[in-house]
Amino acid sequence: MDAIPAVHVRGLAKHYGSVTAVAKVDLDLAQGRVMGLLGGNGAGKTTTLAMLLGLLLPSEGHIEVLGADMLRHRYRILSRINFSSPYVDLPHRLTVYQNLRVYAGLYGVRRAFARIRELARDLDLEDLLDRPYGRLSAGQRTRASLAKALINSPQLLLLDEPTASLDPDTADRLRGYLKAYQRTSGAAVILASHNMVEVERLCDDVVMLQAGRVYDSGTPAGLIGKYGRITLEEVFLDMARGRTLS
Amino acid sequence: MSALGGSMRRMAAMVERYLYLLKGSWPRLVELAYWPTMQIILWGFLSEYLVGHSSYLARASGILLAAVLLWDVMFRGQLGVSVVFFEELYSRNLGHLFASPLRAYELAGALAIISFLRTVIGVGVAAYFASLFYHFAIWRMGWVFVGFFFNLLAMGWAIGLLVAGLVLRYGLGAENLAWAAVFAIAPVSGIYYPITILPHWLQVVAHWLPAAYVFMGLRALLFRHVVASGLLWHAAWLNLLGLSVGTGVFLYTFRDARWHGRLLNLGE
Repeated sequence: MDAIPAVHVRGLAKHYGSVTAVAKVDLDLAQGRVMGLLGGNGAGKTTTLAMLLGLLLPSEGHIEVLGADMLRHRYRILSRINFSSPYVDLPHRLTVYQNLRVYAGLYGVRRAFARIRELARDLDLEDLLDRPYGRLSAGQRTRASLAKALINSPQLLLLDEPTASLDPDTADRLRGYLKAYQRTSGAAVILASHNMVEVERLCDDVVMLQAGRVYDSGTPAGLIGKYGRITLEEVFLDMARGRTLS
Repeated sequence: MSALGGSMRRMAAMVERYLYLLKGSWPRLVELAYWPTMQIILWGFLSEYLVGHSSYLARASGILLAAVLLWDVMFRGQLGVSVVFFEELYSRNLGHLFASPLRAYELAGALAIISFLRTVIGVGVAAYFASLFYHFAIWRMGWVFVGFFFNLLAMGWAIGLLVAGLVLRYGLGAENLAWAAVFAIAPVSGIYYPITILPHWLQVVAHWLPAAYVFMGLRALLFRHVVASGLLWHAAWLNLLGLSVGTGVFLYTFRDARWHGRLLNLGE
C-alpha cells in the first residue's frame, strides 16, 4: 500500500458567524480504503466533503489530499479526485453522452469516447446516452452522475448518498460495482450515507459525526462490538438519541 | 500537458457545453437572431420615414441602423456572458464544475468566447436583413467596424462578468440586473444623439463609458467621413479598465462563494 495517505485532515472547522457546522475534525484515510461518514441531518457530512473538494473554504484546519495541501495545490489535486452528490445536478438539456463528454474534457480524459462507452456499459447507461439528463428518472440520474464521478478514474472518490434514490436491486448492483471499482483501481473512497447496510457492506472504517464533531470512529465491526449492538444502525441510533456507552 | 494547454482544453470543453445547449434547442437559436432582426426592421422603417423629414438624418441615412446594430453588439455580448452563466445556476451545476480542475477565469474565458459566437449569429442575421431590406451594409465600414464591434463586445463582457459576480453574491434574485444594467447605461452612451445634449454631470459619467466613444466615432465616420481612431483607442483603454473591474468582481465573488458555501447551494 502507498505510504502517502489519500486524506489527512487535522483540526478542520467551518463556522458561519456564530454557527459551527464542523468543529475540529481529524480524518485519516489510507489509499485503497473506504471510509463511511455517518451522521444525522446537519451533522456536517456534506460540509466536510465540500471542504475536501475545495468547494468550501475551511475556517480552520489543514487538509492534505493525495499528499498535497488542498488549499495550495487544489487544481492539481482536483484532476485526480471526483465526487457525486444529490445536492448538485448535471445540465438537464444536455444528453448523458454530452454531459460525460464535457466532463471528460474538463478532466483531460484521454480516449474519452472509449471511457464513456465503458462506463455506460458498467452502469447500464448504454440505452440512455442520447437521452437528455433532465428526462431521466431519479435512479437513472444517480447512475449518470456516478458515471461523471468516475470519468477520470479518480484516485479519491467522494460520494454523498450515492444510492439515495435507487430501488433496492439497482442500489445493490451499484454497491457491487463501486466495490469492484475500488478493488481494481485501488482508489480511496469517502462515502457519506444514511444507509447503514451500505456502510457496513462497503466501508473499512467509519467516522460518526454529530453536530459537526467526530463522535466516534472505528471499523464497522469494532463499533458494533464497542457499543454491544448487533447492527451499525443500532449504534447510529444510540448516537442520534444520545445514549452513551455505559 | 502544459498549464496553457490544460486551460485551453477546459475552456474548449465549456464552449462545447454551451454549443450543445444551443444545438439542442432551436427556439434558443431563433431567439438569438429574432430580437435584433425585429429591432432592425422597426428602426429601418422609422429611419426611411425620418430621412425624408429630417435634414440631420438625410446627411447620413444609415446612422440609426448602424447605431441599432452596434448597440445590439453590446447588449448581446453582455447577455452572452451573464445569461449563459445563469444556465449553470438553473441546472445546479456549479458544484460539479468547480469540483473539477476548471478555474473561475477559464469559465469567464469560455463565457466570452460563447458570447462572441452568439453575438455574431444574432447581430449577423440582423445586419443581413438591414442589407437586404434597406440597402445598408454595415460591414462596408471596413476595419473601423471591427474596432466598433470589439470595443462594444468587450464592454458587454465587462458588464456581463459584473452581473455574473453579483448573482454569485446575491443569488438568482439578482438575475434581472442582466437586463437592467444595459438599459441603465443606454441613455448616457449617446447611441442616437451626441452626449453634449446631456446634463453636465451625465456627460462626466458618459466619458467613462467606452460605448460613448464608439458612437462618437460612428457619427464622425458617417457625418464627416472621418475615421476617428483616437476615439476607438480611448474606448479600448476604458474597456481594459472595465474588463479588469468585471473580472476582478467575478473572481472576488467566486472566492466569497467558496467561503460561504454558495457553490453547492446556488440554484433555482
